[in-house]
This record gives sequence, C-alpha cells and structure tokens, in this order.
Amino acid sequence: MTFFMNSGICGIRRCFGLTPSPAKESSETDGEDRLGLTGEPDGEADGDSKADTPEIPTSVDNTPQCLNKALEGLSSRWRNWWIRGILSFTMISGFFLIIYLGPVMLIIVVMTVQIKCFQEIITIGYRVYHSYDLPWFRTLSWYFLICVNYFFYGETVADYFGVLVQKEEPLQFLVRYHRFISFTLYLAGFCMFVLSLVKKHYRLQFYMFAWTHVTLLIVVTQSHLVIQNLFEGMIWFIVPISIVICNDIMAYLFGFFFGRTPLIKLSPKKTWEGFIGGFLSTVVFGFIFAYLLAQYQYFVCPVEYDSETNRFAVECQPSELFVMQEYRLPAALQNVLRWVMKMYPFQIHSVALSTFASLIGPFGGFFASGFKRAFKIKDFANTIPGHGGIMDRFDCQYLMATFVHVYIASFIRGPNPSKVLQQVLVLQPEQQLSIFNTLRSHLQDKGILPPPRPEAQ
Amino acid sequence: MTVDLVQISNCVTRKPIPGLDTYCPSQRDPHRNNFCFHHIYILQILGSWTQMFQIMTYWSIRRPLLKCITDAYSFNFITFYIMFGGFFLCTSVIYKNDRFLPPLQVLCVQIKCFHEIITIGYSVYHSYHLPWFRTLSWYFLLCVNYFFYGETVTDYFFTLVQREEPLRILSKYHRFISFALYLTGFCMFVLSLVKKHYRLQFYMFGWTHVTLLIIVTQSHLIIHNLFEGMIWFIVPISCVICNDIMAYMFGFFFGRTPLIKLSPKKTWEGFIGGFFATVVFGILLSYVMAGYRCFVCPVEFNSDSNSFTVDCEPSELFQLQDYSLPAALESLTGWVRVRMYPFQIHSIALSAFASIVGPFGGFFASGFKRAFKIKDFANTIPGHGGIMDRFDCQYLMATFVNVYIASFIRGPNPTKVIQQLMALRLDQQLHIFNSLKAHLTEKGLLPANEEVA
Repeated sequence: MTFFMNSGICGIRRCFGLTPSPAKESSETDGEDRLGLTGEPDGEADGDSKADTPEIPTSVDNTPQCLNKALEGLSSRWRNWWIRGILSFTMISGFFLIIYLGPVMLIIVVMTVQIKCFQEIITIGYRVYHSYDLPWFRTLSWYFLICVNYFFYGETVADYFGVLVQKEEPLQFLVRYHRFISFTLYLAGFCMFVLSLVKKHYRLQFYMFAWTHVTLLIVVTQSHLVIQNLFEGMIWFIVPISIVICNDIMAYLFGFFFGRTPLIKLSPKKTWEGFIGGFLSTVVFGFIFAYLLAQYQYFVCPVEYDSETNRFAVECQPSELFVMQEYRLPAALQNVLRWVMKMYPFQIHSVALSTFASLIGPFGGFFASGFKRAFKIKDFANTIPGHGGIMDRFDCQYLMATFVHVYIASFIRGPNPSKVLQQVLVLQPEQQLSIFNTLRSHLQDKGILPPPRPEAQ
Repeated sequence: MTVDLVQISNCVTRKPIPGLDTYCPSQRDPHRNNFCFHHIYILQILGSWTQMFQIMTYWSIRRPLLKCITDAYSFNFITFYIMFGGFFLCTSVIYKNDRFLPPLQVLCVQIKCFHEIITIGYSVYHSYHLPWFRTLSWYFLLCVNYFFYGETVTDYFFTLVQREEPLRILSKYHRFISFALYLTGFCMFVLSLVKKHYRLQFYMFGWTHVTLLIIVTQSHLIIHNLFEGMIWFIVPISCVICNDIMAYMFGFFFGRTPLIKLSPKKTWEGFIGGFFATVVFGILLSYVMAGYRCFVCPVEFNSDSNSFTVDCEPSELFQLQDYSLPAALESLTGWVRVRMYPFQIHSIALSAFASIVGPFGGFFASGFKRAFKIKDFANTIPGHGGIMDRFDCQYLMATFVNVYIASFIRGPNPTKVIQQLMALRLDQQLHIFNSLKAHLTEKGLLPANEEVA
C-alpha cells in the first residue's frame, strides 16, 4: 500500500503538479481528432501542458488540534511518523470495536467505506476531465451507484432473509421481480445519459460514463463480495483484512530497518527485503491469529437471520474446519521433533490467504500508485490525516476480498443452502413435489430418514 | 451435411427416431410440423450451398462493391439485411440436430465487435506503440469468455461434464481458475506500466474493461436466451432489425420532425411508424414460429446421443388459446374471439421495448462516434461500416430479453436445483427437507400425516 510511499515522500515533495492553466475549452472545439489529455510519447514525465490536473490542495491539514499541540517539539519527519502511528492505532482499535458491535455494524461500515471510495474516485474523474460544469453528471453517477447497490443488496436480502421475505407481501413482489426492477432503473439512467449528451461535450461525457462504470465495477462489486464473505462467518472477514494490514505494517518495518534492493520502479520505496520479510511474518501472524479466532463461535459461525427474534444470530455447530484435529508432521520432521500437531484445518487455509495477501496484494497497491501517478495526485483525498483518503487504505483489500470469495466458493463450501431453498420455494408446486420426493428417497438411502414403511401409499 | 436415405424413409413410414422426431410429422397436429418435413434434408443441402455461395460472393465482390456503392445508403441497407437474413436463416434454422452453431456465430460477432472498439481506442490514444496492450486486451477477452463459457457449459452440459474427469475438475474449480487467469493479466498490466505512459495505459485498461462489460456479458446473455428456445433468440433480433428497417422507411417517406439532436436523420414519424410496424411484425412472426417445436423447445444436450435435441412438450406459452377481444377491437374487426399463442402477447412487450428503448442504444453509438470523431466503427461491411454499427441496438435487447425471461417466464431450472441440493451437506439437506415439507403441508399438497424425520 501507499503507506510506504507516503512516509518516504513526506519529506520530499515531488513536483508533479503543474501550475493550473486557465480553464480551457474542451478539445471538441478544435477540429483535431486527438484527445487533448493524451500523454505525448515524447512529453515530459507523462504530462502535457494543455489540460492538466490541478494539484490537490494539500495544505488542508485535518490533524486535530490536540495532536498538533502534543507533537510540537518534534522535527517534521518524526512528527509525521507519530501522526501516522497514532491514526493507525486508532483505526485498528476502531476496527475491533466495530467487530464487537456485531454484523449489522460491519455491514453499515462496509457500505460507508464503499460510498466514500466511490466518491473519492469520481471526484478525481471530475477533476481530471474538468467536468464539474456538467451538472447532470454528478446526479447520474450517484444514480448509477444507487441502482447497482439496489441490485446487489436485493440479491443478498433475497438470499439470506428468505423467511422474512416470504412473510411480507410487498417484499415478496419486490424479490420476485427484482432483476426486472433493477434493470428498469438502470435503463432509466442509461436513457437519461443519452438524452443529456451535449453537443460540445460528447467525449467528456462518455469518459465520465466509462469512469463511473469502471469505478462501480471495482468498488461496488467487491464491497458486496466482502459482505458475502461476512455472512459466511465473521472470521472470513476479519482474518483477511487483518492479514493485509499486517502485511503492510510488517513490510514497512522490514523495509525500514533492512531495506536495500528496490522492488519495482513504480514504487521506489518498496524493497525486496520488506517484501520477503513481510511475507514470512504475515504467514506466521495469520497462522496464530486464525488459531486465536477459531475457538469462538461468534467468529466461526455463519451469520443467520433469526426471524423469530428479528436479530442476527451467530450460533451453530462449528464445521470441521474449526474443530481441532491432529496432524502428523511429515516423516523427516517427525524424527527430529516428535510433536503431534494439533491445529485447526482453518489454519492451513489461513496460510493460503496470507500467501495471497503478501504476494498478490501488493499489486493492488502498485495499481493504485500507478493510478495516482497517471493522474498526478498525491493521495486520493484528505480524509485521514497523514494517510490520505479511505481509498488509500483500502486499495489492497479489494483484490483480497474477491480472492477470499472465490476461495470459499471453490474450496470450502458448496452452494448456499438458503439460496437453494429460495429457489425451491419459487418453483411450481408439481416441481416442488417431485423435488421433495427425490430428496426424500435420497435421504432415506443415506440413512438419515427412516426407510418408508411397508404400508406406504 | 449428409443425406441419409434411411432416415428419410423412416420419416415417411412414421417410425419415431430418437433425436429426429422434430422432423417427423407428429401425431398431434396443432403443432404444425409440416415445415419440418423430410424435405428438411433437401433444404439443408440447399442451405449450406447457399451459405457458401453467399460467403464466396461477398468476399469476392467486396472491394468493387465498396467503390461503387458507397453513396446508395438505402440500397446497402436493404442488401445487408437480406444478406444477413439469408445467412441467419440458413445457419440457424435449418440444421441437423448434432450441430448447433448459433453460439459460435455469436462468439464470432462478439470478437469482431470487441476488435473494432479496441481499435478505436488505440487510434484515439495513439497507443499502438505500446505492444503489451494489444496482447493484454485480447488476453482479458479470453479470460472473461472462458469464465462465461465455463459457466454455460457447467449449467447446460451437466451430465457430460460429470462423466469426463478433466472436465469435472475444471468445472469444480472453475471460478478459481478463471480468477487466477484474470489476476495474471492484472499483474502483467501492473508490471507493464511504463514511466511516461501511465495515463495512456490506465485509459486503455479502463477502455478494455468497459468494452468487455458491454460486449461480452451481453453476448453471453444472448446465448442463454438461445438455450431457452431458439424463438427467444430469433424473435428479438428480428424485431430490432424490423424496427430499423421500418423506422428508416417511414422516415424516408413521411419524415418531417426531427427526433433528437444527436441523430439528425431520425424523425418522429419514423419512430412512431416503426413502433407500430414492429409490433405488428412481432405478432405475425411469433405466430408463425410458435407452431414449430424446433423453435419453441429449450435446447438440450442429450448425453446419450452426444447431440443437441430440440424436442419437448411445448409449454402453455406456445399452445393456442382462445382470447375474447376487448369490446373496442371487437367493434372494429367484427371478431369475437381470437385464437393465439400467449407468446404473442409477450412478443408485443418485446417489440415495444425494441422500438422505444432500442433506439437509445443506437443514439449511444452515434454519440460515441461523434465523441471520438469517427464515421463508422470499421469498414468491414461496405456501405454499412463495421459489425458494431449493425449490432449496437441488439445489446440492450439481449439483456432485456434475458431479464424478461428470468422475471416473467420461467423460474429456476428444477434440474439445476436438484444438482445444487445434492451438492449440499447432509444436515443442510435435512434442514431443507423439513422446511420444504412444512411448506408443502401448509399448501395442502402433502397429506398431514407424513412421517416426520
């Protein structure tokens, strides 16, 4: 993540920003076919002097007064260190507090983060394309966000709250025609876009349209994957996020103390020592953390909606993943150590998750760094003092969320039972009966149900 | 494409042959299978020869055609649709069971559209000299197609997949494999970022992804519609084509009031005339098609004979029913009742969508061409531009039909539900069994004295 880049650069101010040029009419007015925002192949540092990104006003300092006072005496480098440290600690504690408050709070937090990330990226798009003066566009971007969120949340609600939905009549109608309603809403936005095309600003408008859609694709789909992971069991939410945070911090620390060989031209502050040290320490951390969390039902059980008490319940019989088992060490080690390892199978999965977070996760960070360099911004926003925007902190998480979701779907669980039940309840009665009979004979074969009595009809 | 005399003689002597029943006159007459007679074989030969002839003619006269007919827009317009219609008819309709090529055709169109849009992106951003980018764009196309085709294959060819061991493993870990492939592309992109070209590269990355989103997802929706029954593939596409042609005709003869600043040639008269003409055409076409089982039945893959079959009991949508006309129409036409298929009512909805919302897809493409100052997407078809020019309205239509089917026509596929049930754990199966039993008992479908587990 950009943790490293920022702290390294804090003393150095790379002058990416060019002096903002006077507001230039968009390139449609000149008869050329070329896009005014193209980086000339031979231009200086990926820039052009025509249309450029004004520097984000970084002089706005969000640091609270009390912190400023407490750190007056230190030099600016250490001061920044402390600010970042304190904020990191605050964020991590906040994270644990929210976990304690339960799944509902987590979902709300995920939603809030998603909206904030979306807003940050869209704001950058406006700034890049000077399209603030196209008023429809802000409305349309937010409208598309609402549509896509409606679609995804509707699917989630229909899956996980099946029983509740069956009870309420308007909800049932909404669920049955959910796709159609979502599609209609999206189409309305699409038609509004087409009707809002203004003669001189076609290209800008198409760019903003595409920008909005790519942002939606990245931000919204993956926040919903996060929520689906959450419903699988809070451990599938907490452990990946903690692993990514740990990898960040560990790679930074290793790089700070031992760093020597640069890793990639894109992020000059990253080093191979940090990378490898981060990898090993993350695997160990993940292993231990998974062991700690797998003992509690609160984390391990899928989140269910209890329709009687109208609450979320996290109680269940833990699956075999979370039941301590004995593993024999491979023969070579066995002669040396003669231990019998008792651990949860989940810890082995956590090794896979840690490996991914350490090896592939940083690519998300490089992507975000490249993005910031391409559009000449230092940070996505200024929400968190010393750290930049929310997007800065969450850029690595997105790849991780998708990976965990795919991992669960491929290796851990089969289809979601409540979703299957949903589908069965929507079928025609004759089909339901035939499924019922098939299922009954299957269960009788397996011995779960008593065999049919001789006088069966 | 062989003619099997034994099969023809079997048809004539009314011996039912598995997989070929469609082509034999059935005992039940309301579904006029007269067209699907043993003459079909002769038509097949004719069809394939015509098809080859068309392709050869097209490629040989393409260049001189381009030179001399670039002005006569209307001539090209009609010729294109005749050509397309012929091609389409020959390859989609008159086919022997074991070959089912429309998905391949859709794939070809998709690849060509993708290629056209990406080429525009290259020329806009002058990024031809970033060689990685062409590779990466095609690689992403491959990944996304692999993902979608894998899902389709797993759904529709379930028994075949379960039999073959490598296919079974591929389908079990399909999402993981697709994600790993995509991630590789993503990492290659990040590693390929070059210092002076960041912005260009990000633009091309975004451009590629939006194009994939628009084109690939919707071509797969088309294929899903196709598997639902060929009528769900043919009727929407024909409605859009008809709307195009009719709106053009009405605009040509009666056009006066401009419709939208974006496309100055479109007129309100064309729009409204096209709307009514399309609705009527939709009703007639669906009436003609709903009689034949080969169009109406879902396409199934028969794992015993390793071929596609379109044989089934048509659902109530495709059975003639009596409707009494509302009083207004009754006084107008003098008919009291009318016999039609319920599907025709759905076709009105499809035609209405194609006429009213479909053009927005066309306006979107026009706006896109103006924004990037291109006259046509490409020069593939002389006088018409690229494939994308002709298919721009189809995409919205494909998504609409898919959503329409999912919402109003069919529920989930029972076979698929059973598969998912069998994949669950035993305790989850028991839980579902009990919930289902409670539900069915409540509805009165099960006697109340069933044994409790």
